[in-house]
Amino acid sequence: MDDFKPQIVAFCCANCASSAANVSHDMKKVLPDNIKVIQVPCTGRIETLHLLKPFEEGADGVYVAGCQADSCRYISGITKAAKRVAQVKGILEGLSIEPERIDVFHLSAGKGQEFVEVADRMVNTVKGLGPVLTA
Amino acid sequence: MIVAESKPIKELLEMVKDFKKILVVGCKGCVTVCNVGGAKEVAILASTIRISGKKEGLDVVVGEHTLERQCDPEYINELKDVIGDYDAVISIACGVGPQFLSERYPDTRVFPGVNTKFMGGAVEHGVWSERCAGCGTCVVHNFGGLCPIARCSKSLLNGPCGGSSNGKCEISKDVDCVWDLIVTKMMEQDRLDELIEFQAPKNWTTARDGGPRKMIREELVK
Amino acid sequence: MSEHKAGSNLEKVLSAGHFAFTGECGPPQGANVPHLIEKANHLKGCVDAVNVTDNQTAVVRMSSWAASLILMEQGLEPNFQMVCRDRNRLAIQSDILGVYSMGIRNMLCLSGDHQSFGNHPESKNVFDIDSMQLIHTVKTMRDDGKFMNGSDVDVAPKLFIGAASNPFAEPFDFRVYRLAKKISAGADFIQTQCIYNMGKFREFMKRAVDMGLHEKCYILAGVTPMKSVGMALYMSKQVPGMDVPQSLIKRLRGAGTGNATEEGIKFALEQIEEFKEMEGIAGVHLMAIEWEHKVPEISERAGMLPRPIV
Repeated sequence: MDDFKPQIVAFCCANCASSAANVSHDMKKVLPDNIKVIQVPCTGRIETLHLLKPFEEGADGVYVAGCQADSCRYISGITKAAKRVAQVKGILEGLSIEPERIDVFHLSAGKGQEFVEVADRMVNTVKGLGPVLTA
Repeated sequence: MIVAESKPIKELLEMVKDFKKILVVGCKGCVTVCNVGGAKEVAILASTIRISGKKEGLDVVVGEHTLERQCDPEYINELKDVIGDYDAVISIACGVGPQFLSERYPDTRVFPGVNTKFMGGAVEHGVWSERCAGCGTCVVHNFGGLCPIARCSKSLLNGPCGGSSNGKCEISKDVDCVWDLIVTKMMEQDRLDELIEFQAPKNWTTARDGGPRKMIREELVK
Repeated sequence: MSEHKAGSNLEKVLSAGHFAFTGECGPPQGANVPHLIEKANHLKGCVDAVNVTDNQTAVVRMSSWAASLILMEQGLEPNFQMVCRDRNRLAIQSDILGVYSMGIRNMLCLSGDHQSFGNHPESKNVFDIDSMQLIHTVKTMRDDGKFMNGSDVDVAPKLFIGAASNPFAEPFDFRVYRLAKKISAGADFIQTQCIYNMGKFREFMKRAVDMGLHEKCYILAGVTPMKSVGMALYMSKQVPGMDVPQSLIKRLRGAGTGNATEEGIKFALEQIEEFKEMEGIAGVHLMAIEWEHKVPEISERAGMLPRPIV
């Protein structure tokens, strides 16, 4: 299991999450290469199907990184995204797949450190769970 | 509209576990409006089944199709060229869909993907509530525009019963006592005399109790 | 209210102008006849008639008609209860004929608690007709000799018709009108839900008397003695349509550990004294459920004994 490198898809909003990403870049902090980042104008744009598709294509984990609930540029985007993440957690449970494989994180625009931390956290969590496709 | 609710995933997977080629069919009617059976939900269910297939190491093919409605033969007919590619169909339309599909395509196994619940409407975004029980003899005008058959847990016509408390039905705090609403409204409308009038027992022959029903428009029948 | 409609003991007691006193006995959750007889015998000589409940709170028990017959064998007069939850109009009219033919003379017409309360929540509910329509049906069978469909009844059942009234359910302003409606539909006597909020009840009775309802129908006030603070709290929170004032809970607490039961009985006795004098009240219905052995003591202390022989 030690050599298992979980494939993670990260949906990041163009505001807080991307700003945090830029800050982390300036801090010379790098995301691991097994994380594929998809930038979206706002996490509210992410549909339930977008969150499922990565699992269909072989991803081991998915996360959504967006603004804090009270500072979302589009007011309620991140709140909606969080509900959809909860919905997918339910679907994963129905499939007997660990719901921890998907999560939502609220970042602040200036906190570059956090941007990398949540990525590391997801990787560790999913690594501990192992690959989805056990067959 | 008809309001339905998705069946639990575990139940759905159990239904189709022996099938390798599954078609998920949605409907652009009522189930789209209550977000359980439209094109989006077809895609979500199809993806879910594929993920399950991959996880179990099974070779499962899942097709997606959304019909205008599943309660008209002309739309059901649209599947005739593709249905042969599948050995099972999950219909996420209301209960009418799986039955119309089964009848038209007797060689295909058809499964219902939702549980059809009631006729109702949206009371707030994402919340639908029962309003009509299809009793066949509508008398809502006698009750201030509210239906005691559908909305009273005991279908009382001379309500409320003694269990009405704080405007809620005795069965749950989440259920409004429709008789509380009826009485309050009609008293405000100065229609107390109508409320005191004895409502005779209902004739249930026009309801489902009388047997399966049909509605015919003679001028349309060929 | 001059000529007897059914000639039952309860009817005769009330029409003679006595203050009536009725009790209650729930059938067993099985065919445990000895237990039923034991419970019922506590009430013998203490009450004019005994309510026999019908799958109360939607819990399956021996049928009310059967338990009523057993009580009759023991020399007690039953108030046979029927709810609308479990029977359609065919079974209802059929049972009305059946119970009358076996000698039952009092019938209470109720809606019935929803089956979700009971031990078979998955059952279908019937509610073909409601309690108002049931009252009307019994009256039509008795006085017009007609079934619900208008055809003739081959020997009409002469039953004394009872109904329930809950002065504390909402909307409060409508409750007295609903009572009036039940009386128009044919109720001969009414038993109220158990009363704790005397202030609210006095207000309700004032309205009922103003409408002259007490002249058309005998109204019996419901009394259930509180056995403990726990019971008072349970009833105030968990039982729909129940109004338990804080002052009563405080009084029971204030009595001190071990004394709440006696305090509860004292409160009930005070209520009974007031009901004896209250305009429009023709009697009291004592619901000492699963506490039947206390009824003789309570009847004695309430000055209800001996019961009138009519």
